Amino acid sequence: MKTAVVVFPGSNCEHDVVAAIENLGGKADLVWHRDTDLTDFDGVILPGGFAHGDALRTGAIARFSPVMDAVAAIAAEGKPVLGICNGFQILCEAGLLPGALIANRDLAFICRFVDVEVVDTSSILTNQTEPGQKVTIPLNSYEGNWVDPSGTGRVVMRYVDNPNGSSGAAAAVANEAGNVVGIMPHPERATDKLLGSDGGNVLLDGFLSSLLPV
Amino acid sequence: MKVRVDLTRRPEIADPQGTTINRALKDLGFEEVASVRVDKVFHLDVDGDDPELVRQQVTQMCQQLLANPVLEDFEIEIEK
Amino acid sequence: MTVATPVHQQLGMTDAEYESVIEILGRDPRPAELAMYSVMWSEHCSYKSSRKHLRRFPTEAPWVVVGPGENAGVVDLGDGWLAALRIESHNHPSFVEPYQGAATGVGGILRDVFTMGARPIALWDQIRFGNLDNPKNRYLFNGVVSGIAGYGNAVGVPTVGGEVEFDPGYDGNPLVNVMCLGLMKREQLVLGTAGTPGTIAVLLGNATGRDGIGGASVLASASFDEESGAKRPSVQVGDPFEEKKLIEACLELYDKNLVVGIQDLGAAGLSCATSEPAGRAGVGMEVDLDSVHTRESGMTAPELLMSESQERMMAFVSPENVTEVLEIAGHWEIESAVVGTVREGGTLTIRHEGELVAEIPAASLADNAPLYDRTAVRPDWLDDVRAQPDPDLTAYQPNTILEMLLDDPAIGSSAWIHEQYDHMLFLKTVVGPGSDGSLLRIKGTEKALAVSTDGNGRLCYLDPRVGGARLVFEAALNVAVTGARPLAVVDNLNFGNPEKPEVMWQLIESIEGISEACEALGIPVVGGNVSFYNETDGVDINPTPVVGVLGLADPMPQNPPRISRAESGMRLWVVGPPPTGSLAGSAVQRVLGERNGGAPTPPQPGAGVRVVEMAAQLAHKVPVLHDISDGGLAVAASEIAIGSDIGLTIEADYVYCEDPHRFLVAAHSGTVDFPDDFAVEIGVFGGDEISINGSTIPLGRAADLYAAALSRRMR
Repeated sequence: MKTAVVVFPGSNCEHDVVAAIENLGGKADLVWHRDTDLTDFDGVILPGGFAHGDALRTGAIARFSPVMDAVAAIAAEGKPVLGICNGFQILCEAGLLPGALIANRDLAFICRFVDVEVVDTSSILTNQTEPGQKVTIPLNSYEGNWVDPSGTGRVVMRYVDNPNGSSGAAAAVANEAGNVVGIMPHPERATDKLLGSDGGNVLLDGFLSSLLPV
Repeated sequence: MKVRVDLTRRPEIADPQGTTINRALKDLGFEEVASVRVDKVFHLDVDGDDPELVRQQVTQMCQQLLANPVLEDFEIEIEK
Repeated sequence: MTVATPVHQQLGMTDAEYESVIEILGRDPRPAELAMYSVMWSEHCSYKSSRKHLRRFPTEAPWVVVGPGENAGVVDLGDGWLAALRIESHNHPSFVEPYQGAATGVGGILRDVFTMGARPIALWDQIRFGNLDNPKNRYLFNGVVSGIAGYGNAVGVPTVGGEVEFDPGYDGNPLVNVMCLGLMKREQLVLGTAGTPGTIAVLLGNATGRDGIGGASVLASASFDEESGAKRPSVQVGDPFEEKKLIEACLELYDKNLVVGIQDLGAAGLSCATSEPAGRAGVGMEVDLDSVHTRESGMTAPELLMSESQERMMAFVSPENVTEVLEIAGHWEIESAVVGTVREGGTLTIRHEGELVAEIPAASLADNAPLYDRTAVRPDWLDDVRAQPDPDLTAYQPNTILEMLLDDPAIGSSAWIHEQYDHMLFLKTVVGPGSDGSLLRIKGTEKALAVSTDGNGRLCYLDPRVGGARLVFEAALNVAVTGARPLAVVDNLNFGNPEKPEVMWQLIESIEGISEACEALGIPVVGGNVSFYNETDGVDINPTPVVGVLGLADPMPQNPPRISRAESGMRLWVVGPPPTGSLAGSAVQRVLGERNGGAPTPPQPGAGVRVVEMAAQLAHKVPVLHDISDGGLAVAASEIAIGSDIGLTIEADYVYCEDPHRFLVAAHSGTVDFPDDFAVEIGVFGGDEISINGSTIPLGRAADLYAAALSRRMR
């Protein structure tokens, strides 16, 4: 079982994601955004960062990267696709998740630990958690405020104290099938108590367990 | 009175965003694009009937707030 | 400027400097040559006023791999690991355009570090402004913090600490210093050398535009005045996206051993990136300016040579590797161009549009740079200032003073700043911003790197030698409270106009103080930067040397001390020499509105070394260690109470005194032993009040004041 961690020019959390996956016993390889073949992989993570320098809109250029057709194909097969922070923004721009991410309510970049609560356990991110379970993971974004005029997004985790104004206090959103999830805070940064929290491990465990054939 | 203010990055100042968008357009096959620059437009609705007075007021707004004179030029158009 | 001003003067050169160019060349310089000498001989690039005195710094230690003079210092961490570190100022550009000035400062310091072969792993910013009640200062402060955040976050290098100071002395002249730390394996080390004849020069990264033309000579080497507005076209714009790709491309080149040497393009652009590596290698070079990829058409040779366009590197590559280097640049989607070839002899030959535009001895730009021995005189106002008595604290309620200190924007929580910075990327940040020192683990080892940066213009104004020394001791102690032992120092010397004898005296005294402290601690200076002409309308800033101390914890503490780990029932000790009670240059003097004055307490080198060793050992045993600095023991103790959300009762003398070499320890009674002569138990944790010598503040009120001190002023 192997995860593709896609690297766009301007991504910067790719090595942290690989380290966090390997820390949990998983396997992950970096894949350049110009690659078009993901047949060796059982799931995909789009990591955080500033793909294409956030030019135009966050994720607006990355959605056209050659790799994105293969990402959409994996999603259509029902395999797990997780977007973290900038990866969440890219999934929204690509239409794999509903809604869009706009500037934080207070128009300031926010980098701090936040408490996040599980709302819905039927997703590749939350399948190892209990409803109402709270985890502490760091937020690190300027455009972290999720809006969903369509009203079709399925909120699977919400902020306890909505720091950025997200609709429904959404911290993580899934597609209807639950195999495509975007999360704004960074679970890979909360994988060791020495660094402040290990609350992200249960979420990444959920992702890894959903790689297994049913 | 409707006023349009075009804020343009001064030509000698680098525009990283425009350069990136230009590269992305070329990647999508729009080879014909020679360059891209990203600018801002403001649409103001200003009380008053005297176009010259309004122009003076908006000029002051640009100088004090809307434009960063280090990086940007501005152009004011009184629309009606 | 009138039309009659000679060109060399317009470029900031004196007549004597111009004469010496003619002497080197044996003829009048061509325009491009004059441009190159003017930027390379500017104060900013040549250190012509300070070079003589910088030789005073101790620079040697067995663990120094690369000392001052290269793009960054490099020290050995053991087991094949090296750290690269560098600090630099971007004061003048940040005043002209705070966002871009600070952003390009970050970009420049990163390039200095990855030029050495290291991946930049962390940034620290040291920023100083006038008081925040002035809207102009709020604008500058907000712009600088946004610029650091905008560039650092996007380029993907965490900003894990720093310091901020507000003082009317910086009203017309903010200071923006940035320090960067990089990490590499020994085999990745690469130097700024052009290599042997036949080596090819490949320019990587951004296209060259008219950015910052004359920036080095005009902006950084002259004073601000009413004409500053006219100098604005020099502003450079940073592009963190380009820099991120450039970092990854360069690191791949180093991994594959494809470069002989590499040099970043900063101040003086191509002039520096051709002449310095050639001069270091004792070779010459042929450069074809027509090959340089440009952003604007019609650029002249002097413009191409002086341009300070950001995010560019010059790689020196063996001919057989050029194709692969260009391919790697293509993979990372950055532009590249072969622009020159290294030649025997020492001549730098530059052609543009088929014409010879420069033919000069490459080494002369650096080696023959002017060296000034400027007059230094102790300021005559100093005796009066130093004779000022301490403020009479008995005129105030003790809790009123503490409340004023906790509400001070430079003492209160820095969250408004550091929550705008990504300080967690790379999963290394064990102890992050808002602490004495930062602690970054090196994954796969038991080692961790600690860094603290410190400056104090008020202290250095009263006594630059004592101030300089105390900065080094304080930064070393800050590093030690994380469990590390100090290893190396970088310095950023921010001063006024060196043509004034009083400013030169301040510089020389500061260098002496820093050197004495380094010698006592046994740590070398591995790099630095000098920023002169920090004056506006003839008023110089306080002399503000800033030091960054790097420490190594090996092994790192399993559970490092944090100010959040105090618990009810724990005792509080103060460790270090007994305080004198002096309030000279202290925060309490400042918040009470008194003039900065008095004679600051000199350091005691023996005690300074002793507390560093004690703290580094205690960090493995106790839950809380905290350095005593601004606001004295009262503030340091309150920070522990606030951070741990637990009340505290203390009885102690001189609670606002900031005498050096002192730190606090919180631990349960009986869990730790101290030498009787060097530690005093002063308090106990518990309850919901901070009580100092019987004067109390509810803990919640103290915490609220502390949390809002900075943020409420920026709303």
